[in-house]
Amino acid sequence: MRTKTRAALVGLLAALVAFPAAAETVKIGFITTLSGPQGAIGEHMKNSVELALDHLGRKLGGLDVEVIYGDDQVKPDVGKQLADEMLKKHKVHFVSGVIWSNVMLAVAPTVTGAGTFMIGTNAGPHELAGKMCHEMFFTTSWQNDQTPEAMGKYMQDQNLTDVYAMAPNYAAGKDMIAGFKRYFKNKVVAEVYTQLGQQDYQAEISQLRAANPKAVFVFYPGGMGIQFLKQYAQAGLRGQIPLYSVYTVDEISLPAVKEAALGQFETRYWSPDLKNDANQKYVADFRKKYGKMPVFYGAQSYDGILLIDSAIRAVKGDLTNKKGMIAAMRRADYKSTRGPYSYNTNHFPIENFYLLKAVQSPDGDFAMQIQRTVFESHKDAYAAECPMKW
Amino acid sequence: MSWALVLEQTLNGLQYGVMLFLMAAGLTLVFGIMNLVNLAHGSLYMVGAYLAAAFAQWSGSFVLGVALALPATLLVGIAVEVTALRTLYERDHLDQVLATFGLILFFNELIAIVWGRAAIYTSVPPILGGHFPILPGVPYPTYRAGIILVGVAVSVLLWCLVTRTRLGMRIRAGASNRTMVSALGVNVRLLYTLVFGLGAALAGLAGAMAGPIYAVQPGMGEAILIQVFVVIVIGGIGSIRGAMVGAIVVGMADTLGRAFLKPMLATVISPPAADKAGPALASMLIYLLMAAVLFFRPEGLFPARSRS
Repeated sequence: MRTKTRAALVGLLAALVAFPAAAETVKIGFITTLSGPQGAIGEHMKNSVELALDHLGRKLGGLDVEVIYGDDQVKPDVGKQLADEMLKKHKVHFVSGVIWSNVMLAVAPTVTGAGTFMIGTNAGPHELAGKMCHEMFFTTSWQNDQTPEAMGKYMQDQNLTDVYAMAPNYAAGKDMIAGFKRYFKNKVVAEVYTQLGQQDYQAEISQLRAANPKAVFVFYPGGMGIQFLKQYAQAGLRGQIPLYSVYTVDEISLPAVKEAALGQFETRYWSPDLKNDANQKYVADFRKKYGKMPVFYGAQSYDGILLIDSAIRAVKGDLTNKKGMIAAMRRADYKSTRGPYSYNTNHFPIENFYLLKAVQSPDGDFAMQIQRTVFESHKDAYAAECPMKW
Repeated sequence: MSWALVLEQTLNGLQYGVMLFLMAAGLTLVFGIMNLVNLAHGSLYMVGAYLAAAFAQWSGSFVLGVALALPATLLVGIAVEVTALRTLYERDHLDQVLATFGLILFFNELIAIVWGRAAIYTSVPPILGGHFPILPGVPYPTYRAGIILVGVAVSVLLWCLVTRTRLGMRIRAGASNRTMVSALGVNVRLLYTLVFGLGAALAGLAGAMAGPIYAVQPGMGEAILIQVFVVIVIGGIGSIRGAMVGAIVVGMADTLGRAFLKPMLATVISPPAADKAGPALASMLIYLLMAAVLFFRPEGLFPARSRS
C-alpha cells in the first residue's frame, strides 16, 4: 500500500516536472474602464474579447487562455498599478486594451520595458507612434490624428469653407483640431475650446449661431457628445448648419440621442456595416450574444485577441520566442473586422478611413452607415519619427 | 457683439441659474437646518432624471413622467434619510462626508445595474423640442424657456412656503437655532425628514428637467454638484434667498464668461493670447468669484441668522 502511494506520488511529480509545456496557459492582462460612466466602453471591449475567445474555441494558438481584466477608472496611476500587478503577480504574456491616451502613456512603457507585449486596442497617442515607438508595442486601432485627418480631407474635398471648430480644452482636443487642419486648408473661422466634461453648450451654441459659419467640426467624446448633439438640435441648428464630427456619435451614444444625431457625419476606420466575412460574423454574433450593436472599441479589442492568436500560432505555442511573434504580428495575418490591413514601421495600422452618416432604417433603428472611402491605406503622420526599422 | 446676442446669453445664464437654484435650495436647507453635509444630493438629481425618463417611456408622456418622478424622488429621499442619514446628525462633518460619498457610489452602481452604464434616451415632446424667436431672427429653444418658467414658478412657491406658512416658519427657525426649536416642542425629527424629502424632490425636478438636454448616465449628479456647492457658499449656507442670488450670480457669471470673456480679452491683449487665456479664465471664473466672496464676506452674501 505504502509503496503504491509512493509510486503514485513519484509519478505525479514526474508528470509535473516533465511536461510543463503541456499545461502552459497563455495569460493576457486586459486593462479597460469598467466603472463609472465610461464603463459602458469597457463593457463593450470585455464582451468583444470574450466573443473572440468563443470564436477561437477558448484557445489561443492551441494554448489554454486566461484573461485577467483590470479597471483603470480612467486614471493613469491606476492603469500603471494594474500593469505592474499583471506583470509581477500574474506573470502575463500580453497586456492589452487601454482606452485613454494618458493611461496608455503610463501603461505601455511599463509593459514593454518589462519585455512583455503591449497590444493596444484603442488609444493611439502620437508619442507612441513617433519617438517612443517600441518593437513590443502593437495596436489594432489607429493613431489619434488619423480620424480627424480623414474628416479634414473630406471637408476639403467638398470645398467647404468658414468652418467653426469646437473641442474640449485638453490634449486630445487640441490634437484633434491639429489633425483636422493638417488636411483642411480652407478657412477656419473660429476654434473654440470648452471645459472638459462640460454639460451645457447653450452659451457656445448662441455664439456659434451669431458667427454664422458654413459648417461645424466638433470632437466631443462620451457624454459631452450626447449633450452637445441634443442642444444643437434643440437650438434649431440641425438642418441649418451642417455638423461634422469625430468620436462624437457611435453605437454607444446613438441609442441615447437618436433623432438628434440624424444626418450626422463622422469618419472612422470601421463600421458595423463594413462588408467582409469576419466583420459580419463579429457583428451578428455580438448582437446575438449581447443584444446590442457593437462599437469600434469592441471591434478593435476583438481584433487584438485575433492578432495575439496569430502570433502564438506562428511560433507554435512557444511563448519564449518573442522575435518570432513580433515577425508574425508585423504581417497582420488574421481575419480583421476591418478587412485586410498592414503595419507601418511603428506598428500602427495602415488602413482605410470611411465617411459615415447617422441614418434611420425603415424599421426605426438608428445606425451609422458607410457613405464612401475617404482614405485608402492611410499612414499616420508620425511614423518617420520612429527609429524602428524592419 | 450685438444686443440680441447679449440678451440671448443673459437668458442662457438665467436658465442655468434657475437649474442650479433647484439643486441649491435643497442642499442649503439640509446643510443649514440639519447641519448635514450631503454629497449625495447629486445622486438624487440623477435618480430624478432616470425616474422621469422611465416614467415618460412607460406613460408615453414627458409631462406625466416629470410629474411622477417628483413624488418618487421625494420618497427615495425620505427612505435615504430614514435608513442612512438619521444616525449621522450627531456625528462630525467628516463622518457625514464619508457616509454620503458612500451613498454616491451606491446610487451610481444601482443605476448601472438597473439601466446599464451607457447613457439612456430621453425625448422631449415635439412642441417643446423646437425653438421660437425671442427677437426677430433670434430663435431660442422652447424647452429652455420652459425651464426658466418652471424654475421661477417653483422659486415663488418655495418663497411662499418658507415665508408664509407654519412649516416655513419652523424651517427658518430651525436654520437659526435648532436647539431652541426642539425645546419649544417642535418634532425636529419629522421636520428633518420633511426638509430632506423636499430637497430631494427639488433635486429630482432639476434632474428630470435636465434629462432632455444632458446625458442621462451614472455619475451625472457629480458633474453639477460642485457648482451647486459654489452657489451655496456664495449665497450663504442655510439661506434660501442666498441660494437664489448665488445661483443667478453663478449662472450668469459662468455663461457670460464663456461667451464674452474671449472677445473682451482680445480687445485688451493680442488675439492669440486671448484664445489661450479666455477659455482658461472662463472655467475659473465662478471659483474666483467664490474666493472673492469668501474673502470679503466669509459667511456668504446672505448668511442665515447666526446660530449660537
